[in-house]
Amino acid sequence: MITDNLEEIRQRALKSIAEAKGLDSLNDVRVAFTGKKGELTEVLKGMKDVAKEERPKVGALVNETRDAIERAINEAREKLEEQALVARLAKEKIDVTLPAKKQEIGHRHPNAIALRELEDIFIGMGYEVVEGPEVEKDYYNFEALNIPADHPAKDEQDTFYINGEMLLRTQTSGTQIHEMEKGKLPIKMISPGRVFRADEVDATHSPSFHQIEGLVIDKEVSFADLKGTLETFAKKLFGDDTKVKFRPHHFPFTEPSAEMDVSCFKCKGAGCRFCKGEGWIEILGCGMVHPHVLEMCNIDPLKYKGFAFGIGLERIALLKYEIDDMRLLYENDIRFLRQF
Amino acid sequence: MITPLCWIKDFVPDLNCEASEFVDAMTMSGTKCEGYKRLDKNLKNIVVARIESIEPHPDADKLIVCQVDIGGETVQIVTGASNVKVGDLVPAVLDGGMVAGGHDGGPLPEEGIKIKAGKLRGVESKGMMCAIEELGSSRDVFPDAPEDGIYIFSKDSDVKPGDDAIAALGLDDTVFDYEITSNRVDCYSIMGVAREAAATFDIKFNYPKVMETGNNEKASDYIDVSIEDKDLCTRYVARVVKNIRIGDSPEWMKKRLRSAGIRPINNLVDITNFVMLEYGQPMHAYDLKTIAGNKIVVKRAKDGDEFTTLDGVVRKLDSEVLTICDGEKAVGIAGVMGGENSMITDDVKDVLFEAATFNGANIRKTSRRVGLRTDASAIFEKGLDENNAYAAMERACSLIEELGIGEVVGGRVDVHDELPKEKHIPFEPERINEYLGTDISKEQMLQYFSRIEVKYDEASGELIIPTFRQDLLGFADSSEEVARFYGYDKIPTTLPKDSAQIGGLPFKMKVEELASDVATSFGFSQGYCYSFESPQVFDKLRLAKDAKERAAITISNPLGVDFSIMRTIPLNGILTSLSVNFNRRNENVRLFELANIYIPKTDLPITDYPDERMQFVLGSYGDMDFYDMKGVVEEFIYKAGLKNRVKYEVSDRPYLHPGRQADICYDGTVIGYMGEVHPLTAKAYDMAKARVYVAVIDMPMIVERASFEPRYKGLAKYPSVSRDLSMVVPKSVMAQDIDDIIVQRGGRILEDYRLFDIYEGEQIEEGFKSMAYTVTFRDSEKTLSDDDIGSVMKKILNGLKSLGIELRS
Repeated sequence: MITDNLEEIRQRALKSIAEAKGLDSLNDVRVAFTGKKGELTEVLKGMKDVAKEERPKVGALVNETRDAIERAINEAREKLEEQALVARLAKEKIDVTLPAKKQEIGHRHPNAIALRELEDIFIGMGYEVVEGPEVEKDYYNFEALNIPADHPAKDEQDTFYINGEMLLRTQTSGTQIHEMEKGKLPIKMISPGRVFRADEVDATHSPSFHQIEGLVIDKEVSFADLKGTLETFAKKLFGDDTKVKFRPHHFPFTEPSAEMDVSCFKCKGAGCRFCKGEGWIEILGCGMVHPHVLEMCNIDPLKYKGFAFGIGLERIALLKYEIDDMRLLYENDIRFLRQF
Repeated sequence: MITPLCWIKDFVPDLNCEASEFVDAMTMSGTKCEGYKRLDKNLKNIVVARIESIEPHPDADKLIVCQVDIGGETVQIVTGASNVKVGDLVPAVLDGGMVAGGHDGGPLPEEGIKIKAGKLRGVESKGMMCAIEELGSSRDVFPDAPEDGIYIFSKDSDVKPGDDAIAALGLDDTVFDYEITSNRVDCYSIMGVAREAAATFDIKFNYPKVMETGNNEKASDYIDVSIEDKDLCTRYVARVVKNIRIGDSPEWMKKRLRSAGIRPINNLVDITNFVMLEYGQPMHAYDLKTIAGNKIVVKRAKDGDEFTTLDGVVRKLDSEVLTICDGEKAVGIAGVMGGENSMITDDVKDVLFEAATFNGANIRKTSRRVGLRTDASAIFEKGLDENNAYAAMERACSLIEELGIGEVVGGRVDVHDELPKEKHIPFEPERINEYLGTDISKEQMLQYFSRIEVKYDEASGELIIPTFRQDLLGFADSSEEVARFYGYDKIPTTLPKDSAQIGGLPFKMKVEELASDVATSFGFSQGYCYSFESPQVFDKLRLAKDAKERAAITISNPLGVDFSIMRTIPLNGILTSLSVNFNRRNENVRLFELANIYIPKTDLPITDYPDERMQFVLGSYGDMDFYDMKGVVEEFIYKAGLKNRVKYEVSDRPYLHPGRQADICYDGTVIGYMGEVHPLTAKAYDMAKARVYVAVIDMPMIVERASFEPRYKGLAKYPSVSRDLSMVVPKSVMAQDIDDIIVQRGGRILEDYRLFDIYEGEQIEEGFKSMAYTVTFRDSEKTLSDDDIGSVMKKILNGLKSLGIELRS
C-alpha cells in the first residue's frame, strides 16, 4: 500500500536526518528523499497507479510527508549551522593583547595648533584673517606705525635689513597699515605671520617667530571694547575662570597702550614656575590705534577709532604645552612633534 | 632704572606703604615695577660695636678673642679676621641675629644665616663681627671695606657703640627696579619716578631745595662758550667753581649713591653722579686749567680725527661725531665721555661744569660708531629736556656750596636758541570718555592732570604741558593720562557694537589647511624651519654656479652666514630636519612644511617686494618610496578640486636622483617636483645611508586652480565591463605613455584603468617589460554591448601598437 510506504519513508527520513553529522550529510538526506530523484518523488510517480477517488487523499498524504521531512531537515540545518558557527568562532579566538599594527596619522606643529585655536576664536567673533608680506618696506614696519627714522624703538627691535628700504618685518603690525590703506571700512581682522628679530638662538629666543596682529576700526570703538574683546579671547583660550589684567604700557602706534596679563592657567593665580610665582602671565600688547597712524592711512580720527593688539604665538604655544625650550620648535624632532 | 626708597621719600615724604603695594600701584599707573630688593633682607640684630681689647685665642693661632662694647655692655666675640684693632667700630651681629651671606661674597642664601652665641674652640663668643659681604653688600659700593676682613666704620662717621649698624650703613632700604618705556624720558631719573609715585598715590611732591649760588664774579669772565652745530647741541650751560677741595662726600650722599648701586668716589664726582641720578641729566666736570683759550666750542669732529677718552682708549672720530673743544683741541666726545687731556685730577683747583642737551639720535649713533656706551650716553640718547639741564646745573652748584667743596662763580654761560615752551593741547573730556568707554567727570580728569603738573587754562580750554613731559602731544596722550590715573582696571569691559561681521579664513589659507590635513592623514608631521639660511645650502643641493636659485635676497646684518640669505628653494629646511631625525635614529620619519620662499622679482639688490611663494614640502625616509610619495601628492591635488590628470615629466634637478625625479605637471604647467634625493646631497646632509624622498608643490599654482565646490554626478545605474590588457612593452615606453593612449582612446565610456602587474626578467625579452592593465568601461545611459567594448578596445590596441607594444597571448 502506498500509504504504508509513505509512513515507512517518513520514519526512515527522520531517522537519517537525526543521524546526519553535518550539513553535507544532511544535504545528502535531502537529495535522497525530497530531491528530484528522491524517494518521495518516486512515490509521486506511482500516483498513476492509485485509484482516481483515492488520489486526493494520497496526494495530501504525500505533501504532508514531504512537509514533515523538509521541516525536519530545516530544523536540523539550523541546529547544525549554529553548531558550526560556534565551532568556527571558538577556533578563531585570537590573543587580543598582541601589539597593535601602527596606524599613524601625522601631527601638526604646536605653533600651528595654537594658531588654529586662536584663529577659530577670532573668526567666531567675526574677524577676517589676512596676511602680509614678510619681506617688508621700512615705511610699513616703522614709519607708518609712528616710528620715524631716529626713533629709539627702531633700535630696540634689532631689525634685519636687506638694504635701507627693505627689511624683514620685526612685527606683524605693518599689516594694519596695509589693511587700512585698502580704504575699506570698517575693519575687523587678524593677521598671523612670521616675524624676524636679530636675537641669537637660545632656549627663549629665536631670530624668527610668529605674531598675530589684530585690528578693529569702526566709528564707535573704545578702549572698553578693546578690554572686552581681549578678555573674551583670553577666557576662550585659557578657560572661563581666567582673569585678565591690563597694565599701562607704551607702543608708538597705539595710545593709550596696554599689556595684558592673564591669571596663570596652570596655578590659577597662586604662583608657580610658569608664572614665576607671580600668578600672572603677560601674553599680549594692545592699545587704541594712534590718531596719527589713522591720519597717515587717510582715515579721519574724528570719525573713526580703532584698537589693535599683537600676540606672540610661540609664547602661547610654549606656555600652553609646557615646552621649555624654543629651539625644539625648529628642530622638528619627530619624538617632539608626536606629542601634539 | 632703579630707585632706592629712601631717595624717593626725599621727594615724597608722605609715601607710606608696603613694598609690594608700591610695586602694584606704580605698575598699574604706568611705571612698570619689575621687582624690588630689600637691602636689609635677612639682616637682624646687628649693632655697632667698639673693640675694647684683643687677646689671642688660647687654642687657635688664627683666632682672636675680642671684648667689644655694644652700647653700655661689653661682650666677648671671637673672630678669625686679622684687620681689627682696639678702638675700631665694627658691625657685629649678636646672639639670635641674622646675616645675609658668607664673607666670601658668594651667592646669598634665600633664608640668610642665623647667628647664635656659642663656643669657638672652647672659647665663648656672643656674636660675630661682620664683613661687608656678610651684610649682603659688596666692595663695589663700599670701596672702603677691606678685601678680606671685618668692615670698619670710618673715623669720620658719627656712629657710636650700640647704634643700629644696618641703618648706619644705609642698608635699611628697599630698591625698586623699573622698566621705563622709551617715551618717558623724564622717568629715567629718581625725581621723575618720585613724581610718578606722588601722582599715583595722590600725595605731595617736593622739589629738591636748590639755593641761589655764586659769588659776585661772572662765569663769562672765565669761560666763553659757542655752539657751531646747533642741530646737535640745543643747550650748553656752563658754570665755574673755584678752589675745589676734593675729599669724601658726606655719609648721607654716600648712602644714596650706594643704595642706587653707585660707588662713592670723591665729593666732586659724587655730586655729578648724584645729580645725574636725581635729575636724569648727565653732567661733566673739566679741569679749567686744561681748557685752552678759556673757550668751549661745540662742533662736529673731522673725518679721521683721533681722540683719547678718559679711559685711555684712542677713538676714531668722523664728521657725524659731536665734540666739545677748547680753543685748540677736542676735550670730550659730546654726551659720551670726556677726554684724558681735561680730566679732573687730585690737584684740581678750578672746575668747569657742563650741563648740556644733545640730539639723542646722534648720540645713539655716535655711541655705536665710537663703540662706547656710557651711563651718560645711555641717557642722552633718549633726547633730554633743555630746561632740565639748567635745573640740574643749579642743583649741582647748590650741592657744591652746601657741601663746602668750592666757591661757585656767579652767573652762567648759557648758550641756546629758542628753548622748549610748555605745549598747549585741547582738553576734550567728552571725547576722552567716548574714546575710553568711560564716564569720568571733567573735574576728576583735571584733578588727575594737576597731579602730574599739567595745568588747565580755563579761558582757552587747553591743557598746559610742562616741558619735561615730551610725550604729551595731543588728544590720545591726554586720554592715556586720564586712563592710567582712573585705573585701567576700572575701565568697563564691553564688546564693539559693530554690524555683525562674518569672519573667516581666506581661500589661500583654506587650501593650506587642506594640504596639512592631507599630509597628516598620510602620516606626515608638520615642521617649522627658518626662512633664512646659508648660501652654502646651494652647494649642498649641488646647484650650478649660475643657477637662478642662487640669486637670493641677502640680509645685510645677519646673525651669521648660516642665517644670511632668504631661501629661494625650500628643501634645506626639510632635509636638515630629516637629518636631525635620522642622526637621532628615529625610524621612518615623514615631515612636511608649509612656508614661503622668497623670489626676487627684479635684479638684486631688491628695491621692492619679492614674490613670497608658499611651498608645500613633503620629505620622508624609511618606509616610503617614490610611488608612495606620488600617491600623497596626487591625493592632495585632487582633493584641492583639480579634476584633470596630474602628469609627470622627467626632470634633471641636481639635488635629485637622476633616474628618480620628475616635474609634477598640471594642464601643461609645472606645479611642483618630486623625487629621491641625490645620494651626494643626502650625504651632504649626513644621511648617506638613507633613501630620502621629497616632493615640493608650489601652492600659488594650486590655489589658482583649486575649488571646494564638488558637483554630484548620478551613481552608475548600468553595469561596468572590465578588460585586462597584458602587454610586452619596450623599456623606453613609460607608463604615462600607455595611460595617455588609454585615456585618449577610451573616450567617454572609459571609467578607470589600473596597472596591476609589471615584470621584467626571465621569460621577457631583453629591452622589454611586461605590463598588465585592467581597463573598465561604463556608459551612464545604457548597458554596454560587446560591440561597444570591442571597438574601443581596438582603438586602444592600435594606439598601443604604435608605441611598439605587443599584446601577450
